[in-house]
Amino acid sequence: MDISDYTDRFGLLGVGLVAFAAVLLALYGLAELASRRDRSRAVALVFLAPAVLFLVVGLVYPAIRTIAMSFFSGDGSEFVGIDNYTWAVTDPDALKVLINTVLWIVIVPLVSTVVGLVYAVLIDGRKGERAYKALVFLPMGISFVGASIIWKLVYEYDRSGDQIGLLNQILVWFGGDPVNWLNETPWNNFLLMVVLVWIEVGFATVVLSAALKGVPTEIVEAARIDGASPSEIFWNVTVPSIRSAIVVVAVTVFIATLKLFDIVRAMTGGHHGTDVLAHNMWDQAFRLGNDGRGATMAVLLFALVIPVVIYQVRNMRRQELETR
Amino acid sequence: MSVDTKAQEKASRIGETRGARLRRVFSSRAASIVALVIAALWTIPTAGLFISSLRPEDDINASGWWMFFTNPGSATLETYNYVLYSNTQGGGLIRNLINTIVITIPGVVIPVVFAAMAAYALSWIDFKGRNFLYIAIFALQVVPLQMALIPLLSFFSQGLHIGGVTITPAWELEGVNTIVQVWIAHAIFGLPLAIFLLHNFMRELPGDVMEAARIDGATHSQIFRKVVLPLVTPAIASIAIFQFLWVWNDFLVGRTFGGGEATRPLTAVLGDMAGSWGNNWTRLPAAGFLAIIVPLLVFLLLQRYFVRGLLAGSVKG
Repeated sequence: MDISDYTDRFGLLGVGLVAFAAVLLALYGLAELASRRDRSRAVALVFLAPAVLFLVVGLVYPAIRTIAMSFFSGDGSEFVGIDNYTWAVTDPDALKVLINTVLWIVIVPLVSTVVGLVYAVLIDGRKGERAYKALVFLPMGISFVGASIIWKLVYEYDRSGDQIGLLNQILVWFGGDPVNWLNETPWNNFLLMVVLVWIEVGFATVVLSAALKGVPTEIVEAARIDGASPSEIFWNVTVPSIRSAIVVVAVTVFIATLKLFDIVRAMTGGHHGTDVLAHNMWDQAFRLGNDGRGATMAVLLFALVIPVVIYQVRNMRRQELETR
Repeated sequence: MSVDTKAQEKASRIGETRGARLRRVFSSRAASIVALVIAALWTIPTAGLFISSLRPEDDINASGWWMFFTNPGSATLETYNYVLYSNTQGGGLIRNLINTIVITIPGVVIPVVFAAMAAYALSWIDFKGRNFLYIAIFALQVVPLQMALIPLLSFFSQGLHIGGVTITPAWELEGVNTIVQVWIAHAIFGLPLAIFLLHNFMRELPGDVMEAARIDGATHSQIFRKVVLPLVTPAIASIAIFQFLWVWNDFLVGRTFGGGEATRPLTAVLGDMAGSWGNNWTRLPAAGFLAIIVPLLVFLLLQRYFVRGLLAGSVKG
């Protein structure tokens, strides 16, 4: 094999980029034309058209269609009412998916935020803070699939003899018997969560650490002079001052957790009682060919983020009022 | 070392009792240890993968990666050679690595450019319904892309029909050309966040600069190109890094829209390989590290831009 076998791919890349440049030129010309006639509505239309077109065709319309599909049978031929939803909340397997998802969205944001906060506080102002931060931040650059491979190696199990997985080796060193971690329901769920926490703590640390730097030192000093203990200062001064950053971290990790697909797919394939909504949605639609159930799972996923959407939009409205 | 000097500094504090000083020194030590443990926990797994990738396959199967240190001379790039170029099972990933590159470039350029245009219109062109549109795009940020997967795939493969009327025909892309679907899907899913972040940056630009340019007779497209773009270059850099990491590391979109195995990106193929973890698993460390190393380098070198984008996006929003 050599690279020249792949000229077709590079050719496609070239054609794609040239076509994109041509579209941009055309848009630019249109915008100029509209600008000359001083029609700001038309200019806005030109500037917004590509993004709005993509979002309407690729996100808004499909989302509506998915909602509709969730009321139809697996092949989309027959209207079945709320049968798919009844299935989702009564079928034992589907119910397991929902329970797992709830566990994930409660535990992962909570643990990631707490560990990130503790770590950010511990390294704040310490010598080598940047290096400490970089080490924990690094997994953010690794794909979920890459992280899954990394952790699958940690959890690797051999029936006897030398262990290849670090976790089992440590167990053996302490005189225990190796465990086939990823098959141990329900504990395997928590081992999968570890992987996502491992990725998200870096994000939490960076954001919270920046927020910590923003806490005015005078307030902390004043509290100390008044005789407050370090833990009192932490709970009564530090945490309230970075409250909004904490909320942002928790919400962001919450959304990432809810959409989690890769780790489950790459580590267990959803077997051994580890399936979650986003993965089951894919499995139903693209592996089992049941679009109705897949769409239902997607809608349930969406239903779980709606409170976040409302909260975010409210927040933004308030901010806009404040800045005006 | 740092602990000791700090402890001395603090010990000189006036009026501190010996007990309080001991507690302070101890808690500083404990804090150091906890920080070190966390740092180690976050580093060792990745180091384990890297070391495994350098061991001969027989060794990987026989013992844990830490045993490598008993025989460091055994390090080899053989597994890398195999996963990249072998014609047999679990090899030939150079093809998918090239797919990843071919997917990533337009997958970053298209959404970032379109988002910059949209963000400019949303922040500096006055038109009716601007606020509503912005809030709608803002809300779209959290719509899970799972909501779009099934209909978007059928849009590409069967076309769009409403009530028997064909709005768009099927795209009928085959072979390498299915990559076009992946470009478009990435552009769509990357837009809401990119628009939101760029809008945040552009809105902060001083209004009098725009006003001055307008008085000088500059059109919107000129202001956009000559005034706004140069000013928000750092922001565009951080958003491009976000999108780069997202596209390069993506599994779901590449797997769903990427056609057959030959045209899928590296991560999508790896995800399936990891899922089966069969006899090929000894090659996974090398293959995995191959997929990790590029984003990791980009991430390390450009961390500053990334963090800036992160903070702008999260703390403000």
